[in-house]
Amino acid sequence: MKNAAQNAFSATSSVLRTIGMTFMHSFRKRDTILYPEEKPYLPPRYRGRIVLTRDPDGAERCVACNLCSVACPVDCISVVKTEDETGRWYPETFRINFSRCIYCGYCEDACPTYAIQLTPDFEMGEFDRQNMVYEKSDLLISGVGKRPGYNFYRVAGMSVGGKDKGQAENEAEPVDIKTLLP
Amino acid sequence: MIFGISEHEILSIVVTAILTIVTLMGSVIMAALMIPIERRLLGLWQDRYGPNRVGPFGSLQVVADMIKIFFKEDWIPPFADKAVFVIAPAIIMFTTLMAFAVIPFTESWTIANLNVGILFLLAMSSLGVYSVIFAGWSSDNKYALLGSMRTAAQMISYEVFMGLSLLGVVLLAGSFNLGDIVESQRGMWNVIPQFPAFVIFFIAGCAEIHRAPFDLPEAEQELTAGYHTEYSGMKFGMFFVGEYLGIVLISCLVTTLFFGGWLGPWLPGFVWFFLKAFFFMCFFILLRAATVRPRYDQLMAFGWKVLLPIALLNVAITGAIVVAQS
Repeated sequence: MKNAAQNAFSATSSVLRTIGMTFMHSFRKRDTILYPEEKPYLPPRYRGRIVLTRDPDGAERCVACNLCSVACPVDCISVVKTEDETGRWYPETFRINFSRCIYCGYCEDACPTYAIQLTPDFEMGEFDRQNMVYEKSDLLISGVGKRPGYNFYRVAGMSVGGKDKGQAENEAEPVDIKTLLP
Repeated sequence: MIFGISEHEILSIVVTAILTIVTLMGSVIMAALMIPIERRLLGLWQDRYGPNRVGPFGSLQVVADMIKIFFKEDWIPPFADKAVFVIAPAIIMFTTLMAFAVIPFTESWTIANLNVGILFLLAMSSLGVYSVIFAGWSSDNKYALLGSMRTAAQMISYEVFMGLSLLGVVLLAGSFNLGDIVESQRGMWNVIPQFPAFVIFFIAGCAEIHRAPFDLPEAEQELTAGYHTEYSGMKFGMFFVGEYLGIVLISCLVTTLFFGGWLGPWLPGFVWFFLKAFFFMCFFILLRAATVRPRYDQLMAFGWKVLLPIALLNVAITGAIVVAQS
């Protein structure tokens, strides 16, 4: 009997306390961010619209290696490679179908030259699906993105554009394989 | 004299007709207004905003929803029992609106001044069960039938305590007439001497209109939508508005029976009635925001093992005191 009374009391007070606590939420701040008027803060490494960056000298970083295209789980990147007269690779077309893209960021991880990068911008709504297909001219920006001061060809050991083997930054002279001397 | 009816009688008929239309429109509009109020208040108590885009403070959201629901296809499932399927949503609207006829909004604003007003109210709220049963049965759907079975059991058992809890009020007032009951509260509101009855009536009323925490009939997680699973378009809208009409009705009843109806200083009677009733409407919403749904057996056990003895005890004690005083 005493137990039942205790149970009844604790149950009733618990319900009343819940109602009171819920009512006290009237005076709390609301958690909702009213989006179009009030923009949320997006961190710099947010995965949004994809861009192609340039190196500090203003040249394209992309070397059309197709690694992003291979890494892409939904196959939304298509790249066609071409070369200039010095043997440097660059993309002839670079096309991303954003109506397929899932913004996973694998392309950014795969890129050996930090060319392809994801940016904190997600407002890409379109009424026509075809407008979601971005060409190279739409993707290429004039800045360096998240990697300032990085230039792939300056550190890579490839002879290209007047720079011979061993002339890159922090690169040793090529080993002369015709001699036995240490 | 026109057609053998005196001018005085014609005048009273016209006045009653106007009052009827005003009450009808007022209660339906109030029920419709409850929808945006509920959504906004639930938002407030859950630390979010709720609909706030359409119209000032999102108040026109309900209009947009209504327009949408009117233009929806009025679909009847091919396996349903058509006549019963169509009539079910009308019954709940009919019975709930009929109950508004006996509520005294002010001294002079009562459509039907019945001397058995409370019995009429209980009769009407009992008839509402048919709507749920018909809807569940004619849908020919397992979930709908399960939901309507639960509702029937819940409504019939909570009707008992609802009636018993009102007996105390009737004993104090010495009348079944709702206007007389309000008048008898001039000295002291019934909620003070009849506090247990008030609590029981409120809980039973909540169960009667199957609102949270007693919304087992339409427990979404287990029964999709309960008895109105197969309904769509305006027929679903009727059930929806019927539920909010039920909230308005129970709030009006609590005000009338326990909180002195139109009585109150300074302000006109109607304003007092509205303020008191609106407070309880908001309290129903707070209950929905705060409480959890009990299990079906817990609901039944709570009703028959807790509320019924308390209600009987309350009637016995009130009766003894009234007899001793007279």
